[in-house]
Amino acid sequence: MPDHGNVQQNTASVEQRVDAIEAVMQDRGMEPKVFIDQFKHLAEEDWVPQNGARVVAKAWTDPEFKKRLLANGRAAVTELGLSMPAHHRHLVVLENKPELQNVIVCTLCSCTAFSIIGLPPDWYKDLEYRARVVRQSRTVLKEMGLDLPPSVDIRVWDTTANTRYMVLPVQPSHTIGWSEEKLAEIVTKDSMIGVAHL
Amino acid sequence: MDGIHDIGGRQGFGRVRYTLKAQTFHEPWERRVNALYSLAVKLGIFNMDEYRHAIERMEPRHYLSASYYERSLTSLATLCVEKGIVSQEELERRAQGHYPLSMPSAPGRGNVSTRQKLAIGDKVTVRVEHIPGHVRAPGYVRGKTGVVIGISPAYPFPDAHAHGIHADDEPTYDVRFNAEELWPNSADAAQVHVGIFESYLEKVA
Repeated sequence: MPDHGNVQQNTASVEQRVDAIEAVMQDRGMEPKVFIDQFKHLAEEDWVPQNGARVVAKAWTDPEFKKRLLANGRAAVTELGLSMPAHHRHLVVLENKPELQNVIVCTLCSCTAFSIIGLPPDWYKDLEYRARVVRQSRTVLKEMGLDLPPSVDIRVWDTTANTRYMVLPVQPSHTIGWSEEKLAEIVTKDSMIGVAHL
Repeated sequence: MDGIHDIGGRQGFGRVRYTLKAQTFHEPWERRVNALYSLAVKLGIFNMDEYRHAIERMEPRHYLSASYYERSLTSLATLCVEKGIVSQEELERRAQGHYPLSMPSAPGRGNVSTRQKLAIGDKVTVRVEHIPGHVRAPGYVRGKTGVVIGISPAYPFPDAHAHGIHADDEPTYDVRFNAEELWPNSADAAQVHVGIFESYLEKVA
């Protein structure tokens, strides 16, 4: 075998690389295993779209709560026992109307109000959604199954700072009079991102 | 920096790979990476602005070919090396192969001294600046004019915070632009809102 002084070694697999950095953190006393377990619980049990669904259902059934929610989202969600990370200092709730569709994106990466609407889905973090929805909103929404008539205005919200957004979807007319609990069951993460109707 | 991450409005991308009830994590290691960088932030090893900037500093070929969580991993590992917690050699020895890290950082900057407090309804233009360090505004609004429709509480100024520079916190302003002014004759009609730090904006008389 020829003796190359500076052969480029193969890139380690991503799992080998994760194992390596975790082992370093373990050796440095950071107790990563404990936090990985805590994080699993947060991701699976705490940061779920059912939180946002409760907020939406409450807003649909309680006009005074809706006013408070639209005025100061962060304060209003605490009334339902929900919380946001300290660096999410502001929650802006965007009310959809029959003639207005709000849609959220983070073109620079993946920011979302994850403790309220749930962790972002894979497609939200993909290059295609980030690149296109700001510029081709109507086309992209149609491709994703939301074909809006030309009479509906679109507002896109690029989450480029520490303000977080959630969309308040329009309540389907056939659900008028339902209980808050039953309403919460129909609210999806995608409707709170603004790419789907209910 | 005018990095590869700044893709809002770039053309040539295909359909969104959309599925109903899409997952956040597909492999157990992805959630593990998310936990590990969150732990590092919690322990004060680096902040979220440093974390974002280390993703943006990935070599563009690597950035585009890496999955979302490989980008997270690369940022975490890069910052652990830059903070002196581990060397790249140790990482490569432990991983038994090459361990690609992000490119070095350019200098950051403090607040813009001529920044002004703005009010709802103000007409504003995004300053035309090309900053080599971290900037948290998409390039597609640079030099564009819009209207302030919302004001946030003050946040750490990312251009400084990502570089360990002390700076005053600043509010961001939700600025409304018309998509057809951002990309004339080349966009679907819409209003596009961007949260923009005070230092990036100039009031239009």
